[in-house]
Formats: sequence, structure tokens, C-alpha cells
Amino acid sequence: MSITTLPQISAKRRRTDKVMRGSLVAGTVIALIPLILIIFYLLQKGLSTWSRSFFTTDPTGSFFGNPGGIRSAILGSLEIVALATIISIPIGIGVALYLTEYGKQSWFANTVRYFVDVMTGVPSIMFGLFIYIVLVTAHVGGVGFAAWKGAIALALLMLPIVVRSAEVVLLVVPSSLREAALALGAPRWRVVFRVVLPTAASGLVTGSLLAVARGMGETAPLLFTVSTAFGLTFNLSHQMNTMPFLIYNYIQSPRAVIQGLAWGAALTLVVIVLILNIIARAIAGRSRMT
Amino acid sequence: MNPHEVSSKESTHMPTADGPQEQTDVAPDVSALGVREGRGHTVSLEDLHAYYGQQHAIKGIDLDFVANRVTAIIGPSGCGKSTMVRCINRMHEEIPGARAEGSVKLDDLDVYAPEVDVTAVRRLIGMVFQKPNPFPTMSVFDNVAAGIRLSGNSRGANLRDRVHGALRAVGLWDEVKSRLNQPGIGLSGGQQQRLCIARTVAVEPEVILMDEPCSALDPVATLKIEELIDELKERYTIVIVTHNMQQAARVADSTVFMLDGEVIEVGPTNDIFTKPRDERTERYVTGKFG
Amino acid sequence: MEASATTVTGGRSVLERSPVARLPDRVLKWGLSALAAAILILIGYFFVRLLDESHGVFTKYGLSFVFGNNWDVSANIYHGAALLFGTIVTSAIALIIGVPVAVASALFISELCPRRARGPLSILVDLLAAVPSVVYGLWGVFVLCPHLLPAEKWFARTFSFIPWIGGGIPQLYNYFIAGLILAIMILPIVSAISREVIATVPPENKEAALALGATRWEMIRMTVLPYSRPGITGGAMLGLGRALGETIAVVLVIGAAPVIGHHLFSQGYSLAAVIANEFGEATGIHTSALFAAGTVLFVLTLIVNVIARWFVSRGAHGTRGTGATGMTIASAPAAEK
Repeated sequence: MSITTLPQISAKRRRTDKVMRGSLVAGTVIALIPLILIIFYLLQKGLSTWSRSFFTTDPTGSFFGNPGGIRSAILGSLEIVALATIISIPIGIGVALYLTEYGKQSWFANTVRYFVDVMTGVPSIMFGLFIYIVLVTAHVGGVGFAAWKGAIALALLMLPIVVRSAEVVLLVVPSSLREAALALGAPRWRVVFRVVLPTAASGLVTGSLLAVARGMGETAPLLFTVSTAFGLTFNLSHQMNTMPFLIYNYIQSPRAVIQGLAWGAALTLVVIVLILNIIARAIAGRSRMT
Repeated sequence: MNPHEVSSKESTHMPTADGPQEQTDVAPDVSALGVREGRGHTVSLEDLHAYYGQQHAIKGIDLDFVANRVTAIIGPSGCGKSTMVRCINRMHEEIPGARAEGSVKLDDLDVYAPEVDVTAVRRLIGMVFQKPNPFPTMSVFDNVAAGIRLSGNSRGANLRDRVHGALRAVGLWDEVKSRLNQPGIGLSGGQQQRLCIARTVAVEPEVILMDEPCSALDPVATLKIEELIDELKERYTIVIVTHNMQQAARVADSTVFMLDGEVIEVGPTNDIFTKPRDERTERYVTGKFG
Repeated sequence: MEASATTVTGGRSVLERSPVARLPDRVLKWGLSALAAAILILIGYFFVRLLDESHGVFTKYGLSFVFGNNWDVSANIYHGAALLFGTIVTSAIALIIGVPVAVASALFISELCPRRARGPLSILVDLLAAVPSVVYGLWGVFVLCPHLLPAEKWFARTFSFIPWIGGGIPQLYNYFIAGLILAIMILPIVSAISREVIATVPPENKEAALALGATRWEMIRMTVLPYSRPGITGGAMLGLGRALGETIAVVLVIGAAPVIGHHLFSQGYSLAAVIANEFGEATGIHTSALFAAGTVLFVLTLIVNVIARWFVSRGAHGTRGTGATGMTIASAPAAEK
């Protein structure tokens, strides 16, 4: 008996295969729909509010009249996030350096790692509450709400992100590089600053940019630390306007024109965040340390 | 023959019911798979070409594999042995960018015919891989049952009989009968490979392809598998790729020598090794290259 | 001491470094260690202060703070069961909707789609994490809520026989919308981790399944899914942790009603949302109650995150989550919680 026809696999199996593969495609499409919709609505409703005065005037805070632009919010966000970055990036990279260069697998280093991991899961409003308890109610610095206090709250939020991503990047630096430098007689600190950090630089920048992008978009840590203001200020001891806070407030306004401004501000914020993300990816893409 | 009778090939050290943990040899017994009708099946390659993208790896092969015989494929690394064999059960096309042309006939049926379902082909032409690959999340029993369960028409006692039969057929039964529910990867390397062979024969193919099945195993395990191959050929047509010429001499009835994607010489194993007709064959089997 | 080839003035061997030269190394090492220790101290201090601020309410109400149902600001009574209920319900909805979609997208990207499309598709899914949560809230309030209301009404009517899911009168702001937005927000992290884990499935096992005559889906079902299950579970739990703590997007669309809603489309509240809404004007025991809500939330997310990381480490089969998983967990800027 020779084989002239193949036994067919059952129609049921074939159907199941088709159906399941179709549902995986469907799932992916569903996953992408929100992104498309959000971008669509941001553009549709936000673009029309963009104008010269939108970017160059501050919110007036007036109940009925001209609501003004969002300049103080943009600059305020930049100021506060800049301060938060200055605080969190060096400290974060420092802790990551400790973990990779000195602590390695000691119980202490592993404990630190574990709790840094845990910190990434803390709800962001908790950072705001913490700073509120510690700095705001105690009127540290002579004021209640202040921009620098909000910056610290943001820095706390950004810190674990920086530490985690920096550690990943630092671990990729081949130990042979370190050993070569040490074998030449260089002291450890030189090896760190002259060999390890420069090699890891682009990865560190990527991780930092992503942390900054995250910081720019956060609202909850600012609610009870910076509060908000209308006018533009460069005084970090004062309350300050920020993009997320402005959007949060404007969403709850009954006036349609202010709701429209919320869309415009949201579009601005998303553009800034996307640019940061794209730059971060571009830097990561261009350096392959393998 | 009653599949549960002890065959005359069994060694004189018969394991008793409460025998020692250290198992002595129980020979494989293909009759444990039950009665089979009809003769064996031939495989014919006609003008087979295979490509990896632009690279032309198999350059027009015509070859016949005799039913119920073991044919070994030998040749230096990169000559296309594995590629050719993977074309037989259409696994070659699973590699992205890879394709095959020509025809592979199982008796009269061309497995590359357009209306043929590739999963049905693989049911009839089984494959054992170089590295033992039992499914890590499945028990010994489930591993062997995996292929049977795909077709869904075997359950309960029938399924159990088939699994036990396959394990007896490969000579693994006594070693695993007390741990059928334990993970398949808990076995030794040689046992894992026999488990994979049991998994392959459990679905009752007609042809078994083996791609360097012993290269990851120690010599004792290798010998066990070679003994098994000798037993299996009563029931299947076997093609074995090997880089070990002594192995080819031990197990194969015919041998094919390949070089650079082409078949250089085919013949009875003894002839290939003692009086090769082609000069390149002679150079290879005497160890001058490869 | 006579000068020899290996000493310099001062009697020190050439092979030693001067104490001054060793200083930068010491400073660096101890400085960095101090930083690391400071983090642990900070976390501990945080927990202490949090408990401190909330203990007033806990001593007054005990466990009925968590399990009693009566959050009445005007009467100064604070039992937060409705808040806990809302947090759990919205997170459950987020998991039920979000995890299957995320895993499906991960499977598609890893196993089915053409190689060249993998990178772009992954980036697109990950971009969802870059959207700030206040923007999700904005979109939820002005787009999702009004546009989905007719569908919600139809659903409640058609499935009115299912308790709690159907049968009520859908509100504009409700649990479902909050859960839906949370599902979208956890999608990127669950998908990214799932993709990581799926990539570790040994290719030889997949080959073996195909060689047995399995269809593509059967191969996925036999080899990819069982192998990835612990890791995907971990990813889902990390998503759960994010969903539990999400504040801004939820507070805008959940309706801010401190009651246990009677159906899927009724208004509700959550632990995080109540803090965002009421903290500004709270005083005395009210403030303490909000801190207590924060404590409950903190403990909840802590437990979930610890379990999640245990699963992910099991699923990563040995790696601590360094490499891309580490980057993913660390830097996926899921909008704030």
C-alpha cells in the first residue's frame, strides 16, 4: 500500500488556527487604536488653539474674560523639571555606579536594588504627600507651596527610573574595559570617570531623557507641593504654574474656550514628551555597544 | 507477537519488579507499537533546490531513500546535509527568507504539491533534532502524548496505551515507568533524546529524519540510540545526518556523500567507505578534509 | 633607612600610593555608598511619617476604616470601603480588558508578524506609555465618556440579566470608563514584558512542536504560552500595581461618588482619586483620613509589586530583569498613578 493522498488535518484544527491567529491580529489592532485616537483628537481639538498669544501670554485667571495663553505653564514646567533633573540624575547615576562598581551582589547592594525596584511601583501621588508632610506643612524655607519642593517630589519619582536604567547600561560596559584600565595602574575613580561613564554615556543619556519625559507629564506630585499660579515667575520659592496642573484645572472648567485651551496645552505637552522620547530612542539606536 | 511479551532480544539481566534503581539494558522493542499493515514507504527527491534568501544552498538533488532502510548523509560542515533533510519534512521553509523548489515524493505523493497541508506532511515525516528538546513544561507522559493529542482523536485508555507503547518501543519504559508525571527535562541527555524519539514515533509517522541525533550525547547514550535505530528501521524509513563516519558505518545501509549543496556519491555504506568511486568522496572518508 | 630602588623619600615604597592619592577613591566609594544608604533611609522615613499622619484615623476607627462603608465629609465620618472597592474594581476591569489585548499584541509581534514590522509595532505600542495621565484624563472626559455612553446604555439594557454588570442606568462618569482608561495605560508595560518573556522561549522547542505537525497556533499554545506564563503573570501584576495607584486619569472620569456603586456604569471613587480631590481643602481628621487612604494604597501597591517582581524573576529564567526588561520596567513612562 503506497501513499497517494495525505491524511488531512481536521477542519476544526484548521479553523481554530485561523480564528486564533485572527484574534491575535485583532488584539494588536485594538492595542493601537487608542494611540491613534488620542493623537487624532489632540490634533483636531488642540491645534486650533495654537497661536502666537497662546505661547507668549500667561493665563489671566479671570473668570469671564480673555483666558490668556499658557506661557507660564510651559516655562514653569521647564524650570521645575530642570531642577528635578539636576537633583535626580547625578544622584541616580551615583547610586547606579555604587551598585555596579562597588556593591555588586552584596546583601546591602541587593537590598538597595530591591527597594529601588519597589520605588518604581509607588503611586506618584505618594511622593507629593511625602514632600507635603516633610516640607510644606513645616513651611521649610519660609513658604508653604514652592516650586523647588515640587521639584524634589518629581526628583523622587524620577530617581528609581534613573537608577534602574543606569544600572542596566553600566552593566553592559564590558568588564574587560575596566580591567584593562585597572591593569594600567589607574585608580578606581579614574576608571569610573574616564572609562566607564564615557562608554556608557549614550545609554545614560537615553535613560535620563526618558526619566525627564516622565517627569514632565506628572501631575499628582505637584498638586500639594507646588500648587499653581497664573503669572510667570522664575522664583523657585514661589508657587508656579505647570503644564499638567494647568491641563488638570482647565479640564474642570465649565467654559468651552478654557476646555479648548486644555487640548492645546495637552498637545503641547505631548509634543514635548514625544520629542524627548524620540531623541532618547535615536541616541539609543545609534550606539550599539555590542 | 503480543506486544507485552518479552522479546527474545532482551538482555539476560532482567530487571525485576523491585529491581535496582540503576537500570540495566532493556532493549527497545518496536513491536510494542502494535501491528502495522503494509510495506514501508520510499522518499524520492527530484531536482530539489533550497535557498536562504539569495544564497543557493541545495543545488539540484535527485535522491531515493529505500523503504525500511537507514540512509546516512555525510559530508563536511556547511555542505547542506541538514538543509536537505529539513526540506523533506518542509521545516526548511520555517526559517524566515528560506524557500525550497522541486519535489519530494513520499511514495507517489509530492509533499510540495500546492494543495498539500504542510502540517499533515510533518505528521507522516517525523524529525529528531540534534539537541534533545523535550517540552520543558510537560511531564514525560505529556511529552510523548503531545503529538497524539494534537489530532485529538485519542483519549483515555487508548492514549495511555499508545504512550506506553512508544516508550517501550524506544527502550525507555523501564527507566521512566515510575516517573511518568515528572518533568521531561529531568531525564539524562540520552534519555531525553530517546524521549524525543518516543514522541516522534507516537504519532505513527512513515519516515523518521534524524539530524545528528547523537552529537550532543555521550558514547554510551549514543550506542543506545544506534541500537534503537537498528530496531526502528523494521518499521520506518530512516534518514540520518551524521558527521561521525564510524556511526554511519555502524547503522546505515546506504550512505550519501554531499559537498557544497550537491550529492557527490550514493551507495551501500560499505562501498562508500572501502571503494568510493569519486575522488572527493575518497578524500573525505580518509579524513583528508572536512 | 637607606634609600633603595623601591622607596621614595618618606620611606614609602613606590608600590604604595600616598594617602592623599587614595583619597578620591575613598571619597567616591563612601560617598556613593552613603547615597545608596540614603535611599533606604528615605523610604523608611517615608513609611514612618505616613503612618504617623494617618494613625489618628486608624486609632479612631480601626479596621472599620477599611471595611466600613460611609465616607461622609460633611459629617466628618471616614469609613473607606467604597474607596477600596472602587480601586479594586477599576483595576480588575483594567486587567480583564488590558491583559488579553496586551498579550495578544505581544504574541502577534513576536510570533506572527513579519520581521521588519516588529520594531515599528513595538515602538507604537510602547508609545502609549509616553502619554501623560492627565492627557488620558482629558481624552477620557471629552471623548470617551460622551461617545461611549450610548453603547453603555445599550449594553446595560441588553445584559440586564447579569448582576452588577448590566441592569443599571449608565452614568457619564463611571467605573467602566475608569477601568478602560487604566487598561489602555497598562497595555504598554504588560505588552513589553510579555514580549521580553516570549523571546526567551527556546526555539528548539518551537521547532519540535512544528515538526510534530502542529499548526502555528498549536505551537504557540504548546510551547510559547506555558513557558512564558510566569513572566507574563509578573507583567500583568506590574500592570495591576500601576492601575491601583493611578490618580489623575481616574479622578477625572470616575465620578467622585464615595459610594459602592450598584453596577458597572455607576459613579464611584478610588483611594488615589479621593486624595487628589479632597486633600486641598481637608483639615484635621479629614486630612488624617486621606493619609490613611494613602497608607492603604501604598501597602496594597507594595504587596502587588513584590509578588509581581517575584513572578517576573521566575519568568525571566535567571536574569534579574537586567537588559531590556530592566530598561522597560524602569523607563516605561506609564503616565502617573
